[in-house]
Amino acid sequence: MTTVTTNKSEPGTTTSSGADLHLQNISKRFVDFTAVDDLTLTVPSGTFFALLGPSGCGKTTTLRMIAGLEQPTSGSISIGGQDVTKLPSFQRQVNTVFQSYALFPHMSVLDNVAFGLKRKRVKDTLQRAKAALAMVELEHMASRKPTQLSGGQQQRVALARALVNRPAVLLLDEPLGALDMKLRRQMQVELKSIQTEVGLTFIHVTHDQEEAMTMADTVAVMNKGKIEQMGAPRDLYELPKTAFVANFLGKSNLMYGTVLEDLGDAVAVDASGHRLVMPKNRAVAHSGAAVVGVRPEKMRVMTLEAEYSPSANMLTGTVLDASFTGVSTEYLVDVPGIGTLATFSQNMGQAPAQRGETVRMTWEPEFSFGLDGNEKATEGKDAL
Amino acid sequence: MTATATRRGDKKKQKLEDPRSTEEISAERRKGRMGLYLILPGMIVLALFFAAPVLVLLSMSLNAKPPGGEIGEFVPALEFGNYVTVISAYWDVFLRSFIFALIATVAALVIGFPMAYLVAVRLRGRQLLQGILLVLLIAPFFSSFILRTQAWKQILSDEGPVVTVLRAIAILPADGHLTATAFAVVCGLTYNFLPFMTLPIYANLDRLDTNLLEASGDLYASPLTTFFKVTLPLSAPGIFAGTLLTFIPAAGDYVNAALLGNNRDTAMIGQVIDSRFFKIVDYPGASALSFILMILILALVLIYIKRFGTKELF
Repeated sequence: MTTVTTNKSEPGTTTSSGADLHLQNISKRFVDFTAVDDLTLTVPSGTFFALLGPSGCGKTTTLRMIAGLEQPTSGSISIGGQDVTKLPSFQRQVNTVFQSYALFPHMSVLDNVAFGLKRKRVKDTLQRAKAALAMVELEHMASRKPTQLSGGQQQRVALARALVNRPAVLLLDEPLGALDMKLRRQMQVELKSIQTEVGLTFIHVTHDQEEAMTMADTVAVMNKGKIEQMGAPRDLYELPKTAFVANFLGKSNLMYGTVLEDLGDAVAVDASGHRLVMPKNRAVAHSGAAVVGVRPEKMRVMTLEAEYSPSANMLTGTVLDASFTGVSTEYLVDVPGIGTLATFSQNMGQAPAQRGETVRMTWEPEFSFGLDGNEKATEGKDAL
Repeated sequence: MTATATRRGDKKKQKLEDPRSTEEISAERRKGRMGLYLILPGMIVLALFFAAPVLVLLSMSLNAKPPGGEIGEFVPALEFGNYVTVISAYWDVFLRSFIFALIATVAALVIGFPMAYLVAVRLRGRQLLQGILLVLLIAPFFSSFILRTQAWKQILSDEGPVVTVLRAIAILPADGHLTATAFAVVCGLTYNFLPFMTLPIYANLDRLDTNLLEASGDLYASPLTTFFKVTLPLSAPGIFAGTLLTFIPAAGDYVNAALLGNNRDTAMIGQVIDSRFFKIVDYPGASALSFILMILILALVLIYIKRFGTKELF
């Protein structure tokens, strides 16, 4: 926190809050497929926005269209209220951190960072480039060539090279994809704190749901060229609206059923003979076919003798697999008529259930979420 | 005191830390000797067919004509005057040869670079088209050098299409020619050595990372700036190789000057050496000219390497 405040008062790091980005009915069609399908999106200035989706979902194409590296087939793009759809990339106030970093190998690290400033013919080019390098803690590497740097250092140079120009919108194309897990976590924290510090609009493309959730203010989950659902990470996780989001963002247990009765502000669903209750404001469908979903960590596993709240949803099944991970025990439980459900219980000292044992699983109705009955329960399950 | 002690300690440590046993080290040395044996055949060929002829040429260039000797009769001597004679007689031809070669090299670069860029970068991923264009580039090599140069004589002849068009639009006067001019000689040189320029540049641009061009545009560089700041510096090794491969043979070439020139104000040094050797039978003079040409090219190339070529480029 202290570093953030001190850096803010430093010259050269004056905050400009970036600009609103608006995409209006953007489509990109290639000869044999549609990469982005009629996408409309507004990103308010100063937001850390994540475009999350499996490979081939159109997230990178969307990013490239914002950067001006790709022309949309139809639709328009505006930055800060100005239509930039026809503007070539070099005239847009947008900078990109490329997945491959794309550092110029024939230039020193400092020259790489100063490249954009030189093109814009601003004053104190080298001073500002040095300040940007200092921000990513690489000022001592200024005279090196990019190839003499490690992957993480190159990543930071790429970030400094883009940030130093104070673009209206900063685009990040899977910038952490090439780093190992430990470095990745560290860079996630750094990126987030840099964004808070400079206050620019960041658009981060990633297929890593954990990365999107930890860093972004708003996450848009993309699938097949469209945005499936958009919102704050917690909202998306707690209340997914489609099977794709339920499965791609974390894990979900999805159960098919039919709405039995209206309980006022909740509905009861018959899932293969099991009565499950879910609140109406958490359900897409209030009648007919429905899918009841619940996150594995919201369920409690207990013995048949144990007492439980009468209002809770309850299922009984046979343990197919129990794996002890220390912190918790993960279970796969087969429930007759419904199928295999995943759950886990935190290690509070109790003896874990054994394979073949019959157990009871309960959860409070307000943890249920309801999807449309026509959803495919496996949608997005193995997407990466 | 302490410094010495530490250094000694370091040395000891180094010795201890060297994980290789004595057997491994001697195996490495055997491997090194193996390498020497492997380059031996190449060295023998070079000695027989390059070093020896150069020495013969050198000694020949210092031969002298015996008093009252017949034409083509020379005796071994140390006649350095041969060099003075040929330099004072032909310094202008040397100069012209290098100017022609330089113009042809620049022209080949201007023509060859866009060709290489088109095939290597613009058509990347379209392998069939790339293949066809590369074959077209190399195809002229399937016919003889002399024949191709002869063909240029036809193209540039007074009845040919080029002269007709240039006369029609009054760029060339009604009685103007292209054959037997310096222009024709430089055209021939450019054409004949164009593939030597284009192929190394192609090989280099083929590896050009187009992400860098996108990154440059993303950082506010116009396409023209991107070319001069990114594409050109990155293709420098290819341009360097191409210009050397074009300039060196072009400077010593005599076919183009002989077939497309006029033997007066377009003569190149290769032509002079050719006639000294085979028509006038002045072996020492021709040898001296050959040797001067070799030294001059070597000097020019060394200056060029020193100025533009760094190890990093290769």
